[in-house]
Amino acid sequence: MVSQRRDAAIVGIHEYPKRKAPGVTPLQIKAECAARALADAGLSWSDVDGLYDAQDGAGMSGLSLAEYFGLKPNVIDTTAVGGSSYEFHAAHARRAIAAGKCRVALLTYGSTAHSDMWRIGSMGGGAGAGAASPLSNMTDPWGMTLIANYAMVAQRHMYQYSTTSEQLARISVATRAHAMRNPEAVQAMTDLQFVGVNEISVEDVLNSRMIADPLHLLECCMVSDGGGAVVIASADVARDCRKKPVWIIGSGEATKYSENGGDLTVSAAAQSGPQAWAEAGIGPGEIDIAMIYDSFTITVLMMLEDLGFCGKGEGGAYVSEQRLRWDSPLKPALNTDGGGLSSNHPGMRGLFLLMEATRQLRGESTSQREGARLAIAHGNGGMLATSHTGGTIILAGD
Amino acid sequence: MDRPQPRFPEPDTEPFWDATKEHKLMYQVDRDTGDVVFFPRAHNPKNGSRNLEWRESKGEGTVYTYSVVRLNRHPAFAPLGAYAVAYVDLDEGFRMLTNIVGVADPTRDISIGQRVKVQWEDQSSGISLPMFAPA
Repeated sequence: MVSQRRDAAIVGIHEYPKRKAPGVTPLQIKAECAARALADAGLSWSDVDGLYDAQDGAGMSGLSLAEYFGLKPNVIDTTAVGGSSYEFHAAHARRAIAAGKCRVALLTYGSTAHSDMWRIGSMGGGAGAGAASPLSNMTDPWGMTLIANYAMVAQRHMYQYSTTSEQLARISVATRAHAMRNPEAVQAMTDLQFVGVNEISVEDVLNSRMIADPLHLLECCMVSDGGGAVVIASADVARDCRKKPVWIIGSGEATKYSENGGDLTVSAAAQSGPQAWAEAGIGPGEIDIAMIYDSFTITVLMMLEDLGFCGKGEGGAYVSEQRLRWDSPLKPALNTDGGGLSSNHPGMRGLFLLMEATRQLRGESTSQREGARLAIAHGNGGMLATSHTGGTIILAGD
Repeated sequence: MDRPQPRFPEPDTEPFWDATKEHKLMYQVDRDTGDVVFFPRAHNPKNGSRNLEWRESKGEGTVYTYSVVRLNRHPAFAPLGAYAVAYVDLDEGFRMLTNIVGVADPTRDISIGQRVKVQWEDQSSGISLPMFAPA
């Protein structure tokens, strides 16, 4: 193993427990989670000197958020690259801490997408708001929903590699099994009126309604309310925190978009993954826990390939083995909190990936993998077929 | 209700949409390198050059990928029932987002690699939307 840098660690987390939160604002969710995550770390409000925000709090970004919180940070970072923003923030916080620019970084997320009736996946073609752009002018008229955007990638993956819906469905089956062990996820599915709050089979997924061919309803994430906070601290601060630190040992960031003649079955993870592995000095075979952004089944399958867990095009066979479950003898376990498919997806899931990876490396998950030592959190932001970002974070237990 | 329309002023894509009024499908080429540029822009994304020219496509290509949308709550699309969105690779070397039309059942009659040809759907705004039907 090459020498690993342990400059910064996740020391505090809090996931907002409710997925249906009428009457609460995203900013209130962010502030409540911030206080609880700091308490989890044994730190106080005034310790925060780095503030990270993906501009999710009702139009208030860095400038206004600092005022709302009542903080005077030395570092403000408002990188907003969709659902992977929080992996980018974790990478940036680690660098800022290593450079001595801050010691305690706070990442927060809050959304009331469910209560606001925000039809994230099924309102294709043009909000008609904001300034016209070349991209909006070349996409809006044809009515591509967000789900269809991902579905076009799945269709191409099936064509190139003979991937099947049965194989993709196994991702939904494994994450639902994990969700049923997570009381907050069970409550989420109950509150959001899932048809069956129970474990599901491959047949259940294939028999669920087709939303955009080839993606079925049970291959699509939920639209919930929710949020959370993550506190990242320097090594000297981390040593005195309440819980054992979870070290950030590698990171990678990348962008990918549709190009003339390009291959849509390769995601930004193929660029962000190698950066992170090289920095961490480890490989996919050593990872115990894979927290991969499951907006849709195809997202997970493709990112497992692109991150090197299996070869390109081999994802279908890979997920068909009984390896994704928390209690499988094979590594890695996937999305042990229940994922976006069955636990929590208020629009941008990246922060939850960091939180569940942290729980696993602390031994606190509701589907705890025994002896979990290394985890990866990979966020995917934006639209898989048109343009998206990939943010990879590799974490190690103390 | 009309589909969402391209909005102007938007100088990068306005020439493309102007040409659709005469049912012409236009793309750009770098005069020095021959690179095909699409979506329309004032520069070549491979090298930053602004020495581009517009050319007319024959409007023939193959389906790169597609999806049949079964659920779109947007009022312009909801009444369509199941309809197909697709990326089509034009023979001149550019890939565009579009719809596949002219098939009896989009869930059965479309496939990757299928040959398609442009078909125009005039809009009340004056522009015309390029869509594709089996060739």
